[in-house]
Amino acid sequence: MIAELGLAMLWMAAALAVLQLVAGALALRPATAHLAGVVRPVAMLQGLLVACAFAALIWLFLNTDLSVKLVAENSHSAKPFIFKLAGTWGNHEGSMLMWVTIMSMAGGFVALIEKRLREETLIATLAGQAFVSLGFYAFLLLASNPFTRLPEPAPEGAGLNPLLQDIGLAFHPPTLYVGYVGLSIAFSFAVGALVTRDVGPAFARAMRPWVLGAWIFLTLGITAGSYWAYYTLGWGGWWFWDPVENASLMPWLAATALLHSCSVLAARNALRTWTVMLGVIAFSMSMVGTFLVRSGILTSVHAFAVDPTRGSFILALLAIYIGGALLLFALRASTVTEGARFAVVSRESALVFNNVMLCGILGIVLVGTLYPLLTEAMGVKVSVGPPYFNPVSAVFAIPMMLVMAVGPVLRWREDKGGRITWQIAVPAAVMAAALLAVELLFAPINLLPALGLAIAPGLAVASLQPLVGRNLRRTPLATYGMVIGHLGIAVALFGMASEGAFSTERLAAMNPGDSQQVGPFKVTLQDIGPVAGPNWTALEATVAASYAGGAATVLHPQARVFANPPGNRTESALLTRWNGQLYAVLGEEGEDGRWQMRFWWKPFVPMIWYGGALVALGGLLALMGRVARDVKRLVATDKIAWRRERQGR
Amino acid sequence: MSTAEQSKRPGLAVWLPLGLFAGFLALVIVGLYWPADREVSSAFIGKPLPAFDLPPATDERPGLATAQFQQGGKPRLLNVFASWCVPCAVEAPQLAALAKQGVEIDGVAIRDRKEDVARFLGQYGNPFARIGKDDLSQVQLAIGSSGVPETFVVDGKGIIRYQHIGDIRQEDIPLILRKLAEAEGGAQ
Repeated sequence: MIAELGLAMLWMAAALAVLQLVAGALALRPATAHLAGVVRPVAMLQGLLVACAFAALIWLFLNTDLSVKLVAENSHSAKPFIFKLAGTWGNHEGSMLMWVTIMSMAGGFVALIEKRLREETLIATLAGQAFVSLGFYAFLLLASNPFTRLPEPAPEGAGLNPLLQDIGLAFHPPTLYVGYVGLSIAFSFAVGALVTRDVGPAFARAMRPWVLGAWIFLTLGITAGSYWAYYTLGWGGWWFWDPVENASLMPWLAATALLHSCSVLAARNALRTWTVMLGVIAFSMSMVGTFLVRSGILTSVHAFAVDPTRGSFILALLAIYIGGALLLFALRASTVTEGARFAVVSRESALVFNNVMLCGILGIVLVGTLYPLLTEAMGVKVSVGPPYFNPVSAVFAIPMMLVMAVGPVLRWREDKGGRITWQIAVPAAVMAAALLAVELLFAPINLLPALGLAIAPGLAVASLQPLVGRNLRRTPLATYGMVIGHLGIAVALFGMASEGAFSTERLAAMNPGDSQQVGPFKVTLQDIGPVAGPNWTALEATVAASYAGGAATVLHPQARVFANPPGNRTESALLTRWNGQLYAVLGEEGEDGRWQMRFWWKPFVPMIWYGGALVALGGLLALMGRVARDVKRLVATDKIAWRRERQGR
Repeated sequence: MSTAEQSKRPGLAVWLPLGLFAGFLALVIVGLYWPADREVSSAFIGKPLPAFDLPPATDERPGLATAQFQQGGKPRLLNVFASWCVPCAVEAPQLAALAKQGVEIDGVAIRDRKEDVARFLGQYGNPFARIGKDDLSQVQLAIGSSGVPETFVVDGKGIIRYQHIGDIRQEDIPLILRKLAEAEGGAQ
């Protein structure tokens, strides 16, 4: 009953999306403008219905209704509650329903609260949102129905892929989906604004919270994903330029550019065309990423999500939406009126420069990711690795960070370099001093890590400068957000550079009782013995590590063997200090009975992820500041309207 | 840098994103529906190795020069690899298995550093008799290899007899051994 109800609600929601699209499109013609009143309530109702359909699916999973095919294939009655819940979206159909749910609820929320935009533009936006949702409804209802019943209920469920039975991975997909969906709202705003030729500050202000929200979730998703790869893959690396990593990085780069471009449009009414185009590109990159991961067109570690027919469906959606939006952009861009002008030395210029650099990095990541595909079409298989990505992205990233140090202290519209001599000189001096220190103390060091170590402290100092001379209690939250976000970039950069420059590695064949020196650590292999977990057995090493002659800490790296499905996994052991991490991996037993052990000492490596978290925190503060201000303004206008009404009587 | 992009009539530039997107679509459609044949024959098969003389990529093994392939004797494998390349690590056990069966393997390390090569070999084993260091991919390009890993069968006269693109899987080993045997027969 619940499954049928869920399916019925899904069909009704799809019908409402059709109504929302048709009514919205007709409302833009003068003859049928009276239809505009329908669009907002329909959007809200549609969001509500999909949410109920999703709740029905969750209910089916929590109660393990084995007459439903999806539940029988992906769940098990004896699973812990949290994995029954996560099982709802730990499969293709459920994850698509979750995507549509978040998307439609977001659309309903826009319909409910958005009051700043011209009504006409909002209607066009909601129609655009319905158009995008419809593709996903079609995908769900025609090709991946989550509510299909089995002819006979299954006696027991097949269980969830053990790889996904990890608390971190249970919440990894929703995090990225929220990010992608937030960008779909930005996309709809961009399409709506193009349709009504209404690209201005109100459009940017309406779009900004959605971009900020999406960007926070993408930042968290990438940071967490990088740490996960670091500790589970056992290679000691934190970023591999794997196609799936790139697929999550590209929307982030576009969203970062969009976020900054939005600020210029909101504050200064400049960069109109550019902002609209980035709005389209950011969502395009999320869809391109989803396509590359789901279609399996590129070999990668996420291959379990692969299915070529689904790839074709996503490709068709991609062609319709992105192709359509870019066509609309090409036709309308010339009619978007010119925005405000600005001088060469101005905050706008700095932001434009950084946007171009971000798009440059985006371009090289996209080319590098697709290049194997291109050569394969010509009959050659290649692997593009860090020797391409690292230096080529640095060509764009380094100038970007230098301008980023100066941009926030520049004035809008026009500024004079002379006014901010000190604000340039101080970070520049810090960078020069750091570079000198690095070269004198630690040479020889590779170029990129050395530059990173020099730029990071200068950028950290520069990022705090917008607070100098301000009344800190009256500084808006959004400014704090920018300061903390930029500081986070400096912190992460320092971690990356330090990891690249100072990591030491020790590969050794050891007998129990043997010791090795790894950086400042003395590590002693004390023992190796078997241990058993719920669905695995492992060999576990007991390693005592003492830092610079201090007291020893015990680490337990493991080599795990999984029974069902069979597989091996190394479980590295980490020892985190304030100034770095010791990373220990247990390898194979050699022919002479000694054990292969690998150790890394990675100074300041956790700063990469602390920096990522800071960037997300900065985004959160900015979002809170913006929303609080919007709410205040909304309340104030309501009050004025109410007073006027009373006085009018 | 002023609002040049907006003050001028945008003209053709606004069509650029759509054009790039069309190119992307064409590319992935080809990739999705006409996946490349994985066993392509190289244009360099039957041709002699180009002349090169590479310095050693690690202190444990000598460098690599064309002359060493032309002294007669058994056919050899020439493996193009890099420490930063994940498929190369994946194929290491297969190379080790080939070496154990008496196949002589030489390596060319592409765009690599000595310490990284040493780490890679320490971790995944060292089946190589000689390893040349090709920092600018010059040899790689000259022998018609555009990616890593790739493996060439070179006969006793220094003629390329077979090119294997991508990592050597367990199931590729018989094919490689057959090509080595063919090269040996052909060279006599």
